[in-house]
Amino acid sequence: MAIVEMRKLSICASKKNRKHILEALQSMGCMEMSTFEVEDEALSTMDTKAQQAQYEKNAQIFDQALDVLDGYSTEKKGMALFSAKEPVDKGALKEVVKNQQHYVRSAQKVLRQDKEIQECLGNIRKEEARIESLGPWMNLDVPMNAKGTKKTALLIGTISGILSEADVFAAAAEGLSDPPALNVQIISAENDVTCVAVLCLKTDAETVEASLRGIGFARPSQVLRKTPAEAVEASKEHIAGQEKKIEELKKQLSDAVSQRTKFKIAADYFRTRAEKYQILGNIPQSESAFFLEGWVPAPLSDAVQKKLSEEYGALVEEEAVSEEEVPPTLLKNNRFSESAEGVLESYGLPTKGHVDPTFIMSIFYVFFFGMMFSDLGYGLLMAIVCGITLLKFKDRLSSGLHKMVKLFFWCGISTAFWGVMYGGLFGDAPTVIAKTFFGYTGEEAVLKPLWFEPMAHPMKLLVWCMFFGVIHLYFGLAIKGWEYLKKKDIVGWISDVLSWYLFLTGLILMLLPSKLFASIAGDAFDFSGLAKWGNVAVAITLIGLVIILVMQERSTKNWILRILLGAYDVYGVTGWLSDVLSYSRLLALGMATGVIANVINMMASMFGGGVVGAILFIIIFVLGHSLNFGINALGAYVHTNRLQFVEFFGKFYEGGGKPFNAFKNEDKYIELKEEKAS
Amino acid sequence: MSLGMVLALTGAVLSTALAGIGSAWGVGLAGQAAAGVVAEDPDQFAKVLILQLLPGTQGIYGHLVTFITLSQIGILGGTAVSDTHTGLMYLLACLPIALVGLVSAYHQGRTSVASIGIVAKKPEQFGKAMLFPAMVETYAILALLVSILTITNIH
Repeated sequence: MAIVEMRKLSICASKKNRKHILEALQSMGCMEMSTFEVEDEALSTMDTKAQQAQYEKNAQIFDQALDVLDGYSTEKKGMALFSAKEPVDKGALKEVVKNQQHYVRSAQKVLRQDKEIQECLGNIRKEEARIESLGPWMNLDVPMNAKGTKKTALLIGTISGILSEADVFAAAAEGLSDPPALNVQIISAENDVTCVAVLCLKTDAETVEASLRGIGFARPSQVLRKTPAEAVEASKEHIAGQEKKIEELKKQLSDAVSQRTKFKIAADYFRTRAEKYQILGNIPQSESAFFLEGWVPAPLSDAVQKKLSEEYGALVEEEAVSEEEVPPTLLKNNRFSESAEGVLESYGLPTKGHVDPTFIMSIFYVFFFGMMFSDLGYGLLMAIVCGITLLKFKDRLSSGLHKMVKLFFWCGISTAFWGVMYGGLFGDAPTVIAKTFFGYTGEEAVLKPLWFEPMAHPMKLLVWCMFFGVIHLYFGLAIKGWEYLKKKDIVGWISDVLSWYLFLTGLILMLLPSKLFASIAGDAFDFSGLAKWGNVAVAITLIGLVIILVMQERSTKNWILRILLGAYDVYGVTGWLSDVLSYSRLLALGMATGVIANVINMMASMFGGGVVGAILFIIIFVLGHSLNFGINALGAYVHTNRLQFVEFFGKFYEGGGKPFNAFKNEDKYIELKEEKAS
Repeated sequence: MSLGMVLALTGAVLSTALAGIGSAWGVGLAGQAAAGVVAEDPDQFAKVLILQLLPGTQGIYGHLVTFITLSQIGILGGTAVSDTHTGLMYLLACLPIALVGLVSAYHQGRTSVASIGIVAKKPEQFGKAMLFPAMVETYAILALLVSILTITNIH
């Protein structure tokens, strides 16, 4: 339960070892580089932007190629929340690095093939549009651009509106000698457009076209040398060709799927190099030496110093850390509590000089999660699934994911524990099954709760929930107190921490024996014995109250203002009240799990005993409980987080720490199998 | 059937109906936003799904209260309500989760939409994004508690 102490190292070494040292640091992955600017004429930074950009571009090519190949992979892609990195050994990495140009080319080929597929699809769409536009012309048996014969002219075009042959004939004949030398053929008339072919004498062509234009005649936009039927045939052939090409390309891409692992290695390799060149571009260097500065966890500091000075003859110094400097935060906890580090991280890490609350939080987290989920069946299911995942995919889980699965394993155990306490195994399944299939007629539940059943005594449980809440909040206040004591600020401790303990504890002691409490809690609790200590309780409350009034705003010099502001701080007790009430969700969500499970069991048992009843029972039971499991696990997760973040952290925690971001291999897809630098 | 029974049933029905309407509304709003995010970045599916589901709990709470009521007023167990007074008491006891469920689920849905926006831009801030809709839910939980405690104490 601690924040790892950070040492600041400054390194000065010969320029010829520059790349080796950076690579060594990168593979150790235990130093966070800080950028610093030195104003000295003799020092300059190297321009590495071009190389960095090149490597980044390569990494991107592989990323895109992998995206494409994902579509052709038969391997199922896991959900983002549970995607794991692929373990890779050093030999494979070496091979990829050696043949990097080859792999860049294959990745580019994949991208090119993907692009070609897109182009083919575009062509197919174009041809299909053409076929559709030719639809009305299918009855025309001459090429679309036919002009007519030696003596005759052929006018092909569209007229808006549905017209009959006679209509067109009448319009075209206007201005011609009678009987007009005309032949009108309607090719098609649909969708409010009429396609016509009009044959007339070449000498009349202009007159006829002019009069046809009068009724909206227009030449078709596309002029083909083939008959429409031939053109459609050609388009179809073209489509078939393109489809065949796509088929081939897809097959090639499917074959390339086997290269995915190599691509992943290459993508990460180029990303790592880009990172290295970025650092390289930031470090000041003189003609023959360069300088580096960064944070190293204290336990690793000696090893880093030794390695760099012995292997590369670098000068490594530990620098004093000034007060204003904020070192990055790295947490270290025992094996149980480290599983909750992710929860803390998602809120914000602690900064130097503050307490890492992970240990206390992890205990309450698991405890509260169990209370809200509270079912022996669900708990065991969750613990078993998480346990198997942990054992089976030990090497494949990234460290963050590993912690999360472990956290849910413990939450599952806690859920099972509370299931025993409340007497829930898939709700009241044992009783329902016994009654439906085995003729059990007793009134008593088959699985008796070890503690008590929430539905039978909700008020009793409510009081317990608030009691757990008070403990949780008191721990929060205690951490705040611990921080004061660490800073040797006794006055602050008395006025901001002790005062509240006294004030609140006094209030609780006054409330417990009162009639108000007795009427709320019913006969579940009896604190009337405390009544004779009433005066002590009042005294404790008053002492706390006075300290808050006088001391909480001790930085204010004006006494009247100080007391007034103090009075406002006393009003903060309402905040405590709402915080404690907030723990009633432990009861509400715990009950929700149990009652919904009971509803499902009841619905399942509606079909009675016998074989059919049993089959229907199993179907409804499995479906219903899966749903309840999902919804309530989500609820328990969200609200446990809330109790930690809002109620608990609200009492003391600030966060705002910067996570320790070591200069290391930038692995997005792979995890190198090697011993950790230590 | 007595008027009391009708009143009690009205309460039972309202708690599922109103809280359910609220949840359907909220989950629907959040679902539209979630679909938009997944269209751009399918990797965020699990996270936005969780955020979408958050306003769904009110419907469950309403259903819970309905079930407890039905198991007390002689439909799924317990004894039938004979007098108008008791029936009215059941109706009133159901109202907190019915009304608060309706309004809080809608607003939780809108908060989820905003939080889904956070995930779209900064997926690593999921922990904080989840907290905002959870704050709204507090009031639904309080209403649920009051409804349950009241119903279980009507004799």
